[in-house]
Amino acid sequence: MSDTFQLDGVTVPFEQGQTVLQAALAGDQYIPHLCYHPEFKPHGSCKLCTIKVNGRTAASCTMPAEAGLNIESDIEELNALRRTLVQMLFAEGNHFCPSCEKSGNCMLQALGYDLEVHTAGFRHMYPDRPVDASHPDILLDFNRCILCELCVRASGEVDGKNVFALSGRGITKHLIVNAESGLLKDTNIELFDKAMQVCPVGVILKKGVGFSQPIGERRYDKSPISAQALQDAPRDPEISGSCDACEDAP
Amino acid sequence: MSSDTGLTVACLAPILSRHGHNAANLLQILIELQECIGYLPADSITHLAEQLAIPRSRIESVASFYSFLNLKPHGEYRVLFSDNITDRMLGSTELMQKMCQQLWVEPGKVSEDGLVSINTTSCTGMCDQGPAMLVNGCAITRLTHQRVQEIGQLIRNRTPLAEWPADFFRVDDDIRRGGLLLDNKLEPGEVLHVAIVLGADKIIEEIKQANLRGRGGAGFPTGMKWEGCRNAKGNAHYVVCNADEGEPGTFKDRVLLTRQANLVFEGMTLCALAVGAKQGFVYLRGEYQYMLEPLQAVLQRRCDSNLLGKHILGQAGFDFDITIHLGAGAYICGEESALIESLEGKRGVPRNRPPFPVTHGYMQQPTAVDNVETFCQAAVALHMGAEKYRAIGTEKSAGSKLISVSGDCPRPGIYEYPFGVTVREVLQDCGAVNTLAVQISGPSGVCVAEHEFDRKLGFEDLPTAGAFMVFDDSRDMFEVARNYVHFFAHESCGFCTPCRVGTSMLKQTMDKIAAGLGTQYDLAEVENLDHVLQTTSHCGLGRTACNPVLHTLKHFRPAYESRLKSLSFKPAFDLDGALARARQMTGRDDAGAHLKSEES
Repeated sequence: MSDTFQLDGVTVPFEQGQTVLQAALAGDQYIPHLCYHPEFKPHGSCKLCTIKVNGRTAASCTMPAEAGLNIESDIEELNALRRTLVQMLFAEGNHFCPSCEKSGNCMLQALGYDLEVHTAGFRHMYPDRPVDASHPDILLDFNRCILCELCVRASGEVDGKNVFALSGRGITKHLIVNAESGLLKDTNIELFDKAMQVCPVGVILKKGVGFSQPIGERRYDKSPISAQALQDAPRDPEISGSCDACEDAP
Repeated sequence: MSSDTGLTVACLAPILSRHGHNAANLLQILIELQECIGYLPADSITHLAEQLAIPRSRIESVASFYSFLNLKPHGEYRVLFSDNITDRMLGSTELMQKMCQQLWVEPGKVSEDGLVSINTTSCTGMCDQGPAMLVNGCAITRLTHQRVQEIGQLIRNRTPLAEWPADFFRVDDDIRRGGLLLDNKLEPGEVLHVAIVLGADKIIEEIKQANLRGRGGAGFPTGMKWEGCRNAKGNAHYVVCNADEGEPGTFKDRVLLTRQANLVFEGMTLCALAVGAKQGFVYLRGEYQYMLEPLQAVLQRRCDSNLLGKHILGQAGFDFDITIHLGAGAYICGEESALIESLEGKRGVPRNRPPFPVTHGYMQQPTAVDNVETFCQAAVALHMGAEKYRAIGTEKSAGSKLISVSGDCPRPGIYEYPFGVTVREVLQDCGAVNTLAVQISGPSGVCVAEHEFDRKLGFEDLPTAGAFMVFDDSRDMFEVARNYVHFFAHESCGFCTPCRVGTSMLKQTMDKIAAGLGTQYDLAEVENLDHVLQTTSHCGLGRTACNPVLHTLKHFRPAYESRLKSLSFKPAFDLDGALARARQMTGRDDAGAHLKSEES
């Protein structure tokens, strides 16, 4: 028999070791999230999944589920915070949705629509981030990177290649590749790597297939991300295992 | 300076053998490699990656995290001016300008001949004898125009650092008021003799009874922490001394490690006995690198006296060793889980918690992380007995506290008081007059104004890690807050969105106000940012990054408002100025080529 907690008044069952977000998604309850991916250990960096419990806020992706918790998520106070976080990500990078190959399939854009981000909110930082087009089959457009580390995690944990890593600190933090030249062509990345499939925005792109599906007919053009996120929800129980997984455990 | 694979290979061999080719010592290896080569060229990273059999991206990722590690050449002499507000109040900004002029170099750039680079760095912990700087990692204090000029000459003449006047590197202890810790006359081993008789359980009981709380600022009960660590299952237990004293305005651990190193190590060994640890670490901030050798000498003497090593004081099975790890310029590593990441040779990013270090710390094993001063207090408390110790200080804050006083007062330095001392008493003792405000516990702490000077230092009122920065009525509290905001933006690790982006947004807003372009809208924005940072940040850095602004706004709002435009909104960019290029290109400068100015 599993324990339960309350999420916005709905009873959510959970297994020992699940985090609040994992249990919520498994129980058909949506909490906005961005750096969380069902196949990877919760990361806790984007903070979009912030929820409120007993007046305190916490990232639900890394917070262990506990019996009897009374959690608030879909309230204006938290959605306002999430809106600001999305605005921060838009202001931090260079995001030009109309010309982006990922438009309509982009989680950041989809969350922006869903959370009703109508204005920039902040002064754009316009960072100088040259693209890396060195690889014959793959383009890296760092302008759109939101530093979720999904490609870092996928390349390290699944592909066993460590093609990607983060460099620098604070606002200068940025994505790098595993090559002395700093160029993707000098890494051992391949088109069918997991790292090619996980970018929630438009950084890691396959060359030669631009706009093969027209904008307007893409995933989040059809229905909002909140209505679709649960389709990704079923997870391999091995991976969403104990909360030790939240840590960088060997 | 060109990279040279031969040099890398020659430098690296002894370093790697010293560290057993262990990637967990990556940060230490990088620090030593840089000392040998001067910086960390790309091919040296590739070579190191091969030697350690880890991806080079991981090494680059770690090296780029720490301010003192350089992936690019930075000049034979790397000059870093300490940029705490107390250094600025003593004229560091002007001194740096002068030095840049003297040596023909722009701040943050390397001189064309590759001789020198000059930049700022976060507080180097010499606020009682500032302005201060680091030259190739060595601390220099009491900068004056004359001293800066002499340094410029020495650099120009390429005089090796070892031949510079010793007085430049003199660091005074500036102990102004002693007490429990600073006046103790305990012999090395005296506390351990008592501890061995007591045994682990009674040590923990005694520390709990003494009501000892952590001195790093958070004030967690030390006995509970040790007990939790002892009871946690693991393959090994660890003791870690947090000597990453990075909070601007704090320098008490510097003095403890200089004057009371034996007491620090005695406290650590006591903790090891209590929690069952065989290995301890001191994480020493890179700014205090000059202490490394003296501290290692103390450790050696303790080994020789059987106070460290195997069967300590003849007690079978009481084995404990202490290793010193250096930091490399990252304030966030003062946060205990970030410190542990750094000890493991990684980027100093705070972990997700739970689990806490007490159960999953260094190498995921039970770890007791305590502040330098806490270990000293623990040793003293155990020696004098819980009852006597608890009688000192206040009900919820037992014992004494070291306060690092700096800023506008004639007697800056270290003051030890029983907990419960008022702000006013400290101000009187240090001779401060016309005091406008005091920043307690550094930028992440509290700014108190005159009407609050009767508040007490202690966990029940004003908890503090020790910083006590005094500002007199000639100071502009807006500039104080702006300095702190820049500090947080520089030191954010960048892991979570709110802190990474929010601290930079806050910096932009403060700079906008400083430039005379601020409006009421910006003050509202600051409050909004504060809410986001406080509620969603990953760790304490983000949660407290707005404090300096909020506290100074509360007490010194006119300092902000006098800078504001009366408009409800003003963009940070100059619309008409943006057309200047177009005017130049078209050769127009008539009224129609200008936007109507909004006012004046």
